[in-house]
Amino acid sequence: MAVTDTGAAERVEPEPAAADDPALSPVVDHSSAHLHSPIPKVAHHAAAPPTDGRVDRGPRGVKLAKISKTGDRMFRALASSSGLAIVLIVLFVGIFLLALALPSLRADQDNFLTSHNWTVAGNELRFGIAGLLWTTVLSSILAMAMAVPVAVGVALCLTQYLHKRAAAPISFVVDLLAAVPSIIFGLWGLTVLGPFLAPAGEWLINTIGWIPLFSKSVDPKGSVFVASVVLAIMILPIVMAISRDVFAQTPREHIEAALALGATRWEVIRTAVLPYGRSGVISASMLGLGRALGETIAVMIILTTPAAGSSFSPSIFAGGETFASKIANNAAEFDSPSKTGAYIAAGLVLFLITFVVNAVARVIAERGGAKS
Amino acid sequence: MSVATPDAQLTFRRPGGLRTVKNGLATVYVTLATVLAVAPLFWVLFTVITKGIRLILSSNWWLQSQRGITPRREGGGAYHAIVGTVEMALICAAIAVPLGIMGAILLIEYAKGTKVARAVSFMVDILSGIPSIVAALFIYALFITIFGLGRSAIAVSCALVLLMLPVVLRSTEEMLKLVPQELREASYALGVPKWKTIVKVVIPTAFGGIVTGVMLGLARVMGETAPLLILVSYAVGINFSPTSDTMGALPTMINAGRDQPPQFPGYERVWAAAFTLILIVMLLNVLARLIARFTTLKEK
Repeated sequence: MAVTDTGAAERVEPEPAAADDPALSPVVDHSSAHLHSPIPKVAHHAAAPPTDGRVDRGPRGVKLAKISKTGDRMFRALASSSGLAIVLIVLFVGIFLLALALPSLRADQDNFLTSHNWTVAGNELRFGIAGLLWTTVLSSILAMAMAVPVAVGVALCLTQYLHKRAAAPISFVVDLLAAVPSIIFGLWGLTVLGPFLAPAGEWLINTIGWIPLFSKSVDPKGSVFVASVVLAIMILPIVMAISRDVFAQTPREHIEAALALGATRWEVIRTAVLPYGRSGVISASMLGLGRALGETIAVMIILTTPAAGSSFSPSIFAGGETFASKIANNAAEFDSPSKTGAYIAAGLVLFLITFVVNAVARVIAERGGAKS
Repeated sequence: MSVATPDAQLTFRRPGGLRTVKNGLATVYVTLATVLAVAPLFWVLFTVITKGIRLILSSNWWLQSQRGITPRREGGGAYHAIVGTVEMALICAAIAVPLGIMGAILLIEYAKGTKVARAVSFMVDILSGIPSIVAALFIYALFITIFGLGRSAIAVSCALVLLMLPVVLRSTEEMLKLVPQELREASYALGVPKWKTIVKVVIPTAFGGIVTGVMLGLARVMGETAPLLILVSYAVGINFSPTSDTMGALPTMINAGRDQPPQFPGYERVWAAAFTLILIVMLLNVLARLIARFTTLKEK
């Protein structure tokens, strides 16, 4: 029975054009079935890729419908334009941000990369991203350093220690953690976690406060330290999910070989599971880092914005602003193009950093070969 | 076959002291890690629920707005914010879902393994890594700086599209990959054109998974705050018009009131709004996962 678009049923003549229409071919793509009918005509068309099956081999008297290709062409065009739209959107993000940032970057009186100033009101522009870059990278790397060991531990526990039935609910709970909106993490981090972590911060300042990174700062409440703990909680589910999937793919033979040699459970993990999953874990950590770098609202709520003109402190117990929180904090002030351009320049740098981090993550994942 | 001589006999030993200790430490480590990972969710939920439950249970919360209510006054609800959040997410979905599904169809059904597919796939990878603030800045640059339009809820939806699109596209793509090739071939054998095969055979087979992806995407964009901050002003009244420059939303409702001191009634409303948002997002997530569990396609 043939489905028809045009309604008119007629015998299809073996015209070459029909050969390209997958709808008319009895078999498609990489199916080897049509190899059983090696008539010269087919051999003639062998160069034409997948759908060179012919329909004129059917028993005489069977009526095959002529099929309109309009629907197919339209659908294909629709799919292609969706693809094109996606490509254009991403290109435009880069191009537009660059185009709007350039005038302000040219007018910038300070060095964009090394200045700690941010004066964008008025005629003279003086702004630089040194402070933003430091706070953004510091908080994200700290978050990654805290999240990865925990995430790997959970992933090992779920795949190597627990029975599937016990692992499923824990997996579910950690996955749900990813669903909590970031503004709620911000609110919770500021009002609940911040005060809870205060004694730990106090102790660190008293013990190793002589290192500038841990030095005492004026306002320790909304510190980079608290922000990175919250960021760590937020990226934990991503890192955990990918590590879990990679560990679960460890070849059974590797594990059994290690067991047969008398390895303890930890030795099995060290010799079979971890080497196999290493690239996956690194790639997952990079993806988590990318997420932490771009996180906006939770960081914005938690971090205390330093008073204008105050000196820059590299300490993790100081406040500060990241790229994202700086932009979001000042969203209401986008009034002149030069001012907006300065913030867009900061956004562009953030875009480039996250792009590089994500690209590295994907390259590592592809090189490693373990699929997430 | 050969008889073991006494000196070649296997002797089984327990692992030595240090190895046992290491093994034990590893067990302690993974257990602690799991406890540490599970704790934050319950802690966050506990905080939000205990602080927000009282207002959530009153019917006013779901039926009234915050118009005319100051932080020092009791009363009002989150209706305006719920309307805004749902409306912006739905407009976003109306754009992102067709685009994402058609993009996935292009990747799997039409351009599989070609350079086109690799280019599109690469762009989707970039898109999935774009921070929400950058997406918001882009829409700001496009709509407001270049086109000269004002801020609007539609602009927010467009920024959210950039965030939802990769989620929908990737999950649809994964599902289309799982549709057995035999089903497509059977359809072609009956003379069904390719596009009809996709619409009537491939998509329905993958439908459960696609719905899961759409719901997860919706849950993600509903909780986004950054685009709301940049592209629309928070309104305390009820507003259905997506083109107006003010609209309430749950994240901005939380953000607007987060500085209230605990003794003000406004403080409790912030937590109740947080509870409402978590409720909606978690509901979507749990539903999505249930659908995924009962869907016909399973990963092998």
